[in-house]
Amino acid sequence: MNELDQTKTGVRGINSTLQTLPANTNEKHWVVKNPKGQHNIAVGLSAPLQVEIQGHVGFYCGGMNQHSEITIHGHAGVGTAENMMSGIVWVKGNSSESAGATGNGGLLVIDGDASSRCGISMKGIDIVVGGSVGHMSAFMGQRGNLVVCGDAGDALGDSIYEARLYVKGKVASLGADCIEKEMRAEHIADLERLLKAAGRKEKPSDFKRYGSARKLYNFSVDHADAY
Amino acid sequence: MESTPRTPPRKSATFDDATLAEIRRAASTGIYDIRGAGAKRKLPHFDDLLFLGASISRYPLEGYREKCGTDVVLGTRFAKKPIELKIPITIAGMSFGSLSANAKEALGRGASAAGTSTTTGDGGMTPEERGQSKHLVYQYLPSRYGMNPDDLRKADAIEVVIGQGAKPGGGGMLLGQKISDRVAAMRCLPKGIDQRSACRHPDWTGPDDLEIKIAELREITNWEKPIYVKIGGARPYYDVALAVKAGADVVVVDGMQGGTAATQEVFIEHVGQPTLACIRPAVRALQELNMHRKVQLIVSGGIRNGADVAKALALGADAVSIGTAALVALGDNDPHYEAEYNALGTTAGAYDDWHEGRDPAGITTQDPILAARLDPVKAGRRLYNFLKVLTLEAQTIARANGKSHVHNLEPEDLCALTIEAAAMAQVPLAGTDWIPGKVRF
Repeated sequence: MNELDQTKTGVRGINSTLQTLPANTNEKHWVVKNPKGQHNIAVGLSAPLQVEIQGHVGFYCGGMNQHSEITIHGHAGVGTAENMMSGIVWVKGNSSESAGATGNGGLLVIDGDASSRCGISMKGIDIVVGGSVGHMSAFMGQRGNLVVCGDAGDALGDSIYEARLYVKGKVASLGADCIEKEMRAEHIADLERLLKAAGRKEKPSDFKRYGSARKLYNFSVDHADAY
Repeated sequence: MESTPRTPPRKSATFDDATLAEIRRAASTGIYDIRGAGAKRKLPHFDDLLFLGASISRYPLEGYREKCGTDVVLGTRFAKKPIELKIPITIAGMSFGSLSANAKEALGRGASAAGTSTTTGDGGMTPEERGQSKHLVYQYLPSRYGMNPDDLRKADAIEVVIGQGAKPGGGGMLLGQKISDRVAAMRCLPKGIDQRSACRHPDWTGPDDLEIKIAELREITNWEKPIYVKIGGARPYYDVALAVKAGADVVVVDGMQGGTAATQEVFIEHVGQPTLACIRPAVRALQELNMHRKVQLIVSGGIRNGADVAKALALGADAVSIGTAALVALGDNDPHYEAEYNALGTTAGAYDDWHEGRDPAGITTQDPILAARLDPVKAGRRLYNFLKVLTLEAQTIARANGKSHVHNLEPEDLCALTIEAAAMAQVPLAGTDWIPGKVRF
C-alpha cells in the first residue's frame, strides 16, 4: 500500500502521482491521508487503481474517472464523480449537489444522502444512493440508472430522456415528461444487480420505476405548457 | 370631370410587412420562429468607425517593404503550453451536428494552413477535425455532449462556454432533422429528437464554483492547456472581471452579431449587446485588474474583413474569432445554388434555416448526399485564402497608421461616424474631440 498525504503533497502532488501511473502498474493500492475537504482530489485517473481517501473531500472528487475504484471515507462536496467514464466512486458519507453529473459510465455509490441534481444530465453512469436525493435529480438524464433507496425531492427526472430511475421511498413530485413506469422482469434484474453491486439489502420489488413519457422529444405547441 | 384626389395606400412602419408575416406565421404554427446566424437588424458596428491614418505626427510604414507582425500567443497566464498563432484570427466554435463532418474538416484544414486555431462545439470532437487541426480548442459546454477526458487531453486549449452572443442565457438547439445516427451516438441521445441543450453548467454555479471547475480542468490536463472562458455580450465588464478572477487564461467575448446554429429569432434579435458595445468594457475590466495583454481577449460577432479585425484589435482585443464569415468562405449562401435556395423559399445570402439540415451547400447538414457536395480540401483552401486576405488587410491598415505589429493599433487611431459608435467605442466623433459619456478633467 502506498500513501499520499495531502498536507505534504498538495492536490497537485496527489493527482500527478496517480494520473501518471501506467495501466499495468503494480502499485495499485493507494491511500490519501488528510484530504481536509480539498477540491479536485483524484480527478482524471485512468489506471485501474484502488484509492482510499481517508476523510472529507470538496468539489469534483473522482471527476472524469476511468477504471479506478475510489472510496471516500467521509462526506463529499459538489460534483462527485462528475463525467465519470468507468470504474467506481464510493462515498461512505453524504454527497453534495450534482453527484455523478453527466457521467458516461461506471458506478457511483453514495451510502448516505445526495443533494439536489444528483445524476443531472447522466449519460450512462449507474448511481445508487442509500439515502435520499434532493430536487431536480436526474434532470435531462439521458442514459444509465439512478437508484434511490430513500426519498426523492421535487421535479424528479425533469425533461428526462432514456435514463431509468428507481425510488423506494416517496417522490415529492415528478418533473416535466417524467412518469411512473411498469416494473418488468428486466428492470427487477437490473435493479437487483445494482443493489448488489452497492452492497444494499433492499428488495427490488419495493421500488417504483420512473422514466420518460417521451412526449417532449419533438416540439408540439400542445405540450408547451409542460415547461 | 376630375376624380377626387386619394392618398396612396400607406403601410405602417410599426406593422411592416415582415412583422405582419411573422404574426401570420405564429398564428398558423403555434411555435416561435427558429433560425440560424446572428442578429440581422441594423446595429452600430465596425463600419461606424474609421482609422485616421498617418499624418505629420504619425509616420506610416511602407506597405510592401516594412514588416508588420501578426502573431499572437494565447494562454500565457497559467498554461504551461500556450498556443502560438501566426495570425490573430481564430475560427469560432461550431459543432459537428450543426455542421457536416466535411465542413468541420474544411475548417481545420483552412485554419491550420493559415497558422491559426479552430474550435469544436456542442457535440464533441470528431477525428476529422482533430486530424486536420494543428491547433484545436475543445469547448466545454453545459450539455457536455461527447465530453470525455481522452479528447480533453487531445485538445490544445479548453474553452469553458458560459454563453454566446446570439443567445446569452440560452442553451444549444439541434432539431431532429439533424440528429443522425452518428450525431445521436456522440451525444447519447435518441435519433431524431429535438435536442435542447441545458443553458447552465450542471455542476457549478457562479464565479467561485467556476474557479474550482477551471482548477479541475487544469488538474486533469496537467496544467498544460490554456483555459478560455467564452461569454455572450451581456455584461462584458463584470463577466470579464469574474472570468479573470476565476482563473481564465483567455476571455472570449461574443457580441450579438455572432452566429448560432439554431435558436429563436426573438432571442437572436432582442437579447445581448452589439459587439462594438462589448469591447471597451471588456478591456476596461482587464486594465483595471492589470491583466490587459496578460489575460488575452478574443472578440467575435460580425467580423467580416481585415478592417473589422484591425478595429477590434485597436480597441484592445488580442485576437478575433470568425464563424459566419468562415462558413461563407467555405461556400455557405453561395449564389451558385440560387435555384435550390429558391426552392427552399429563400435566396442566396438570406438562407438561415440551418436547423432544417437542407443546406444546398452541404455545410449545415447531416444529409450525406448534400454533405458530399462540400469538398473539404477545396473548401479548406477557400478558408485559407480568406484568412490570408483578412490578415493582409489588417496589416495594410496597421502600416498606414504607422504600426509595425497589428497589436500596436490603438483607440487613438480611430474616430467614429456616429454618436452611438463614438459612445460605444469610446473614440471621438469624426471632426470633433467629443467622446460621448466620457468625463473630461
